[in-house]
Amino acid sequence: MTDFLLATAGAILFTVAVGLARILGGPGDADRMMAAQLIGTGGIGSLLLIAAATGARGVEDVALGLALLAAFASAAFVNSGAPAEDPDPADRR
Amino acid sequence: MSVLKALDIGLAFLVFAVAAWTIFARGAFAATVGYVVYGLLLSLVWIRLFAVDVALTEAAIGSGVTGVLLIGAAARLRGAASAAGEKSLSGAPRLLAASLCILVVLALAAVVLLFPDQGPSLAPQSMRHLPETGLGNPVTAVLIAYRAFDTMLEKVVLVLAVVGVWSLAADRCWGGAPGEPRAERPEPTLAFLAQVLAPLGILIGIHIFWVGADEPGGAFQGGAILAAMWIIVVMARLTELPQTSAAWLRLALVAGPLVFLIAGVAGAIFAGSFFAYPPGLAKPVILFIETFMVLSIAVALPMLVAGPPRREPKVDGSR
Amino acid sequence: MSLVDLFSTAAIGAGVFFFLAGTVGLLRFPDALSRLHALTKADNLGLGLVVLGLLPRSTSLLAALKLVAIWALVQLAGATAAQLVGRAVRRKGSAA
Repeated sequence: MTDFLLATAGAILFTVAVGLARILGGPGDADRMMAAQLIGTGGIGSLLLIAAATGARGVEDVALGLALLAAFASAAFVNSGAPAEDPDPADRR
Repeated sequence: MSVLKALDIGLAFLVFAVAAWTIFARGAFAATVGYVVYGLLLSLVWIRLFAVDVALTEAAIGSGVTGVLLIGAAARLRGAASAAGEKSLSGAPRLLAASLCILVVLALAAVVLLFPDQGPSLAPQSMRHLPETGLGNPVTAVLIAYRAFDTMLEKVVLVLAVVGVWSLAADRCWGGAPGEPRAERPEPTLAFLAQVLAPLGILIGIHIFWVGADEPGGAFQGGAILAAMWIIVVMARLTELPQTSAAWLRLALVAGPLVFLIAGVAGAIFAGSFFAYPPGLAKPVILFIETFMVLSIAVALPMLVAGPPRREPKVDGSR
Repeated sequence: MSLVDLFSTAAIGAGVFFFLAGTVGLLRFPDALSRLHALTKADNLGLGLVVLGLLPRSTSLLAALKLVAIWALVQLAGATAAQLVGRAVRRKGSAA
């Protein structure tokens, strides 16, 4: 069972690696922004599997912290950049 | 080759690849995203090295605080660079920087790989005396009991960093409120995220700080999570950043190192030497110190991300 | 293999499948918005299945609750990030 858990952790890391290879290069900053989201979700998945396999204590707290802060990079990205131009029509209240 | 070893090698390779990409990335924003991804991968590495406290710090600081700081900085640089015309470094300084970095890496690798198998370590002694401190987490014991003086000085460095950032303000803005990191316009989605995350984050931050006495965690990690919660509430424009001249802000900043110092001096009076804890009272004193440390960290980190004051201080007391 | 192990294996296996599906979407979808969709939906579902598979193996009730909380937070973060990034793509044009 331990080997299975580790193998699936490796598989998830592999999909993250392949995904990173694609979106870190490209085109547009929004794609790169997704890299942080990808590593967040995939990283938490592998983290939980590795924790279950190796029995390290306290790893759920690390995953909790990561999950809590997963959206921060995207929020910062959206925050920055575009100068305050015409308001988004969807924002009209 | 066991599955665990293959996983470790794959992880190491991925970290190298992301680091290399970050170095060669074109554009500041691409590099900062690479750096954030690199930080998150490092958390995994720390877990594999059984340094869970460090992994927690890496996750909290790398994604929450540093990520926001770097992405905001990259955005501001992009605006400035397009205005001023970008000039990148020529070949020779780059080569020098690269060779210095490679030299340092090789030296570190040699030191680590050439360690004798039973490297010199104080770990057995620190574990042996752990019950006297009343703590269950040896990392916390090292930070606040065995090497308390270092940790206090680290908090002083944090306060000095905030003062340094504030001193970048224009003379007329000294004491005013920092400008970043607010959204240009109210974003309902971001506001929703902040409203849901902030209470949860505060709870989780306090939990991680409190649990640090016996499990991986501690004041710095808890404080970093609380700092990130304040940052996102400010980003969503749900609250304004305070004036840097505000008394409560300055008091909160110095509370951590101050209480730490007082505890150290009190140790000299009541327990025999500087930073000694009275036997049996060690854990309550440690938690008391850590509470104020969490406050200082939770206030200092957002101030570092916010940057120097950009608005002139309001003098009539209105905010 | 006990029943718990069987259940865990099935759920985690399904989770990895969805992670793979998400990455295939990242590789094959033509524009940023659809890639965003593949990333946030498929990967989150994969994580949910992984968490489901790990729940019976957790050591205490608090640990199990933490696992569920982690998944809920990632769902929230993924959904919000998708909205935010999607809006940024639309506002700044596809070159973002």
